[in-house]
Amino acid sequence: MVKVRCPECDKDLNIPDDAVDGEIVTCPDCGANYEVTHMDGKITLKPAESVGEDWGE
Amino acid sequence: MSMSMSMSMGDGGREKIRVGVIGASGYVGGELLRLLVTHPRVELAMVTSRQYAGEYVHRIHPGLRGFTEITFSPLDIDKLSSNCDLVFTAVPHGKAVEIVKRLYDTGVRVIDLSADYRIKDPEAYKYYYGWSHPYPDLLSKSVYGIPELHRDEIRNARLVSCPGCMAVTSLLALAPLAKHDLIDLDHIVVDSKIGSSGAGGKPSSGTHHAMRYGVVRPYKPVKHRHTAEIEQEMSIIAGRRVSVSMTPHAVNIVRGILCTNHAFLKRSTTIQELWRAYRGMYRNEPFVRLIRDTKGLYKYPDPKFVVGSNFCDVGFDIDERNNRVVALSASDNLMKGAAGSAVQCMNVMYGFNEAEGLLITPLTPV
Ligand SMILES: NC(=O)c1ccc[n+]([C@@H]2O[C@H](COP(=O)([O-])OP(=O)(O)OC[C@H]3O[C@@H](n4cnc5c(N)ncnc54)[C@H](OP(=O)(O)O)[C@@H]3O)[C@@H](O)[C@H]2O)c1
Ligand SMILES: [Zn+2]
Repeated sequence: MVKVRCPECDKDLNIPDDAVDGEIVTCPDCGANYEVTHMDGKITLKPAESVGEDWGE
Repeated sequence: MSMSMSMSMGDGGREKIRVGVIGASGYVGGELLRLLVTHPRVELAMVTSRQYAGEYVHRIHPGLRGFTEITFSPLDIDKLSSNCDLVFTAVPHGKAVEIVKRLYDTGVRVIDLSADYRIKDPEAYKYYYGWSHPYPDLLSKSVYGIPELHRDEIRNARLVSCPGCMAVTSLLALAPLAKHDLIDLDHIVVDSKIGSSGAGGKPSSGTHHAMRYGVVRPYKPVKHRHTAEIEQEMSIIAGRRVSVSMTPHAVNIVRGILCTNHAFLKRSTTIQELWRAYRGMYRNEPFVRLIRDTKGLYKYPDPKFVVGSNFCDVGFDIDERNNRVVALSASDNLMKGAAGSAVQCMNVMYGFNEAEGLLITPLTPV
């Protein structure tokens, strides 16, 4: 596992060692979605689209 | 530690302390017993009730059947102090003030769950409670029992005074905002909802099922007693006088509190900054969970998801249009709001693991 900070809420996210580029991870605390990318041998997280909920307002 | 400790050996050779509970027939007393009968570092030495002296505790607290064969004893301060290392007092406010003083004078350690030793300013007792405090000296010695705010003082305290249930719930949501100097400290509004067990086991016409069922009753729109505690603790954190307005409502649940705390941001602030402020304060706290999830069933604190546990769930949002921050918090009034906090303080006072006997998953659905 590699630990990466959630850019939204600062939670330490556990990213599997074998995570591949384009894989979507989601934060257990705040629910943000990220796309895994490898840059210079390091994992970085790119915000990914998540489908918003319709509260019927 | 200077206090007498008649330790006996518990499971696995670990020492146990001898504990007493006064007011053990009440709702808070019953919740204390529920936690203490399975606590690995505690031997229940004496539990008191005036009405039920001689009766097995499970006749009053049915859930305890099979866990203990202890019976209620009459209230006898000398017997309690000679048989116990620590005594919890869970009697109505105004009734604890003498009992606690007499216990304290014997040298036994005390954790009081009433309001009688919570507020440092004796004048506040006149304003909020309508009586003059007879022991202002002892007020200054008692430690306010929120480990998240006063852990080091609790460790060596001889008298710990547990917070009001709505006060601790509200404070855990507001504290990081004051600590990080994010809000206007003169305009804070606390709106809270509380279930029927918050009123204790003594019936009144307002607690009768026909009158209690289905209510959303604002029962003290101004001048609620817990306001004094919230202001006291917020002022300590902020280092200046903080003013808080509070309105509680009785709602149709048995256990649980929701506090919706409104404050106004001093400058524009992002959600990320709030995450950082709350994480900074609670990262290592076993009983504060941060709830601001964009997915799933549980997005903001809700008392439905803490029942039976010692968690205070805390969340937040920002109303950018008005610069308002809404800090939300939920707890079980009998647990983090009373007996759970008290046992957490006990764990701190005796150097036990702070979560010992308290890591209970909430009951869901309930
Ligand atoms: N309910 C909550 O959510 C909550 C939360 C935080 C703090 N508290 C505080 O905890 C304390 C207990 O509350 P509760 O809800 O458990 O009330 P409760 O259900 O009415 O219980 C109070 C107990 O105290 C005993 N008692 C009453 N008057 C007494 C007296 N003059 N001397 C000695 N014992 C006396 C009674 O037992 P006997 O008549 O059998 O002796 C009774 O069972 C109160 O100070 C309350 O403010 C309550
Ligand atoms: Zn996150």
